[in-house]
Amino acid sequence: MIELTDISKRYLLGGVEYPALDNVSLSIRRNDFMALTGASGSGKSTMMNIIGCLDTPTSGSYSLDGEQVAGLDEEALASVRNRKIGFVFQNFYLMPRMTAVDNVAQPLIYRGISPAQRRAHAERALQRVGLGDRMRHRPNEMSGGQRQRVAVARALVGHPELLLADEPTGNLDSRTAREIMDLFTQLHAEGQTVVIVTHDPGIAACCKRLVRLHDGKIAEDRDV
Amino acid sequence: MSEAALLPERPLADDAGASRRLIYALQECLRSALSAILQHRLRSFLTMLGIIIGVASVICVIAMVQGMSSRISQLFEGLGSSTLTLQADTPLEDRLRGQINRLRVTDVDELRYRVEGISHITPIVPVQAGAVNWGAQTATGQFFGTSESLQDVQHLFPRTGRFITRSDDDSRRRVVVLGDKVRKDLKMPERPEGEFVQLGREWFKVIGVMEPRGEVFGQNLDMFMLMPYQTALAFSGTQVRPDFQITFVVNDPDNVDNVKQQVISLIRRAHGLKKDDPNDFQVQASDSIAKTFSQVTSMITLVVGGIVGISLLVGGIGIMNIMLVSVTERTREIGIAKALGAPRRFILLQFLIEAMVLAVIGGLIGMVLGFALAYGVAGLIPNFPSPSVPWWAVVGSAMFSMLIGMIFGILPASKAANLAPIDALRYE
Repeated sequence: MIELTDISKRYLLGGVEYPALDNVSLSIRRNDFMALTGASGSGKSTMMNIIGCLDTPTSGSYSLDGEQVAGLDEEALASVRNRKIGFVFQNFYLMPRMTAVDNVAQPLIYRGISPAQRRAHAERALQRVGLGDRMRHRPNEMSGGQRQRVAVARALVGHPELLLADEPTGNLDSRTAREIMDLFTQLHAEGQTVVIVTHDPGIAACCKRLVRLHDGKIAEDRDV
Repeated sequence: MSEAALLPERPLADDAGASRRLIYALQECLRSALSAILQHRLRSFLTMLGIIIGVASVICVIAMVQGMSSRISQLFEGLGSSTLTLQADTPLEDRLRGQINRLRVTDVDELRYRVEGISHITPIVPVQAGAVNWGAQTATGQFFGTSESLQDVQHLFPRTGRFITRSDDDSRRRVVVLGDKVRKDLKMPERPEGEFVQLGREWFKVIGVMEPRGEVFGQNLDMFMLMPYQTALAFSGTQVRPDFQITFVVNDPDNVDNVKQQVISLIRRAHGLKKDDPNDFQVQASDSIAKTFSQVTSMITLVVGGIVGISLLVGGIGIMNIMLVSVTERTREIGIAKALGAPRRFILLQFLIEAMVLAVIGGLIGMVLGFALAYGVAGLIPNFPSPSVPWWAVVGSAMFSMLIGMIFGILPASKAANLAPIDALRYE
């Protein structure tokens, strides 16, 4: 479902070319539950940006759900992100001025869905993650765990092919982190493809597959 | 944790058509613009201030100028383009040499007997007299000799008593009709008919008082006194040729140009001008003064509009400045929106609309303020005509504010739209 072939990403740092990813090939199957790990500077973040269509590779090809993504312009990538990928970030990245339901409904704005429908979908998504009683709350009125659940609801509301989480438990205490990981496990059980970018071995251990990057190459790819 | 399935039931509702999508996008942009503006109330207000002041001054000035100009047109109402005035005209060159042209008394007869299709021939001759006395009271003003048809060509009628008649003129009676201000200055009663006033060494009987006309630009229009034409000629008979003018009405309004040419060639002949000599007189339509005035007012409107346009530009730059700050502040939010799939043009629209909403709200506040200011100022100055705001000024300022918002919103909006999503997300 996701095929990355010979992906390279090179940055220019002070006139010196620095390869963040070096001819990486990776295939993610439907309903994979994968942890992407690696030390700082291993190319983990670059990999996640490319998988998430936030960045384009310098070379290589990337096929997402049958769609050739590498080389698309920013406008087309935005559309791919909107339709195919649900993001969950370490810092939640919710809109501070908007209520939970408006935050969850936000991706649907860019799909041209009517306000009433957006609201209905967002409310259902919030109920599913157990926040039916927090719909009108703003992010600063919620706990970290609740915020991250709003973020998960926002990621899921548009039926993405891939749920891409970047250190989703990094800002949470261990009990809340456990709850969020349970959420991901349940999503996987229901058939959702999930990729979690993390440096935490405990989190990686919850996943079914582990991919470790080192110096811009895949050093390890095994089932857990 | 709920037992219910986490994943939403498929499929998601279908995307709407293009026009629907645009409406939803505009709705969303408007909502987000208002929320952003309301979040920084003071800052938004200060940003709008330039536009507010600009629009308020436009509306105020236009309201007052238009008020004045409608008052002026009222004064000249009824003096259509078929009322012509013949008066002496001296080229500047001759005037510098001290040579002043005058009409001749006989020109009146020329008009009366040799031009067809005109009526209400009304000579107006100034009377050289310093002041008029009644008892111990003295009044100044403009004194004219004229005939009974002045009522019809100037739409000016006596409030009390009667006007000059033909028989007054024929027998050179020593009678006068007063302007209301002159009557007041002389401290005469409301109905002063039958009283005698003194002009120089002569005594004149008051036969009527004209309807008051009020003031325009601080000039009182009721400071005059009228006497029969022939009386006036006799009164100033020993003086040099009087500088008088003749007003008359062309019966057929379609024939005005024709009659005008006829009058010009007749008076040229009467004045013995040679073929190459310039006219020593001119024939003007009586509404030409009103026309000139309306030209002046539109000139004032244009000049003020230009000056205020500059102040609106300054206001627009203020908006641009704050919008740039706002884009920087909200870089993270823009990054999130982009990660969630917001297209470039959506972000562009969002910030453009925010700038336009700022400008338009400023424009609306400015309009209300301008109205209030115009009515306030007009109320403070006695006799000032009440202001009137034409629809084009309202629509124009609204459109112009919107345009300003658009022009000065483009730079910040495209800055926001062109942010790369990963950089914007990482922005601290």
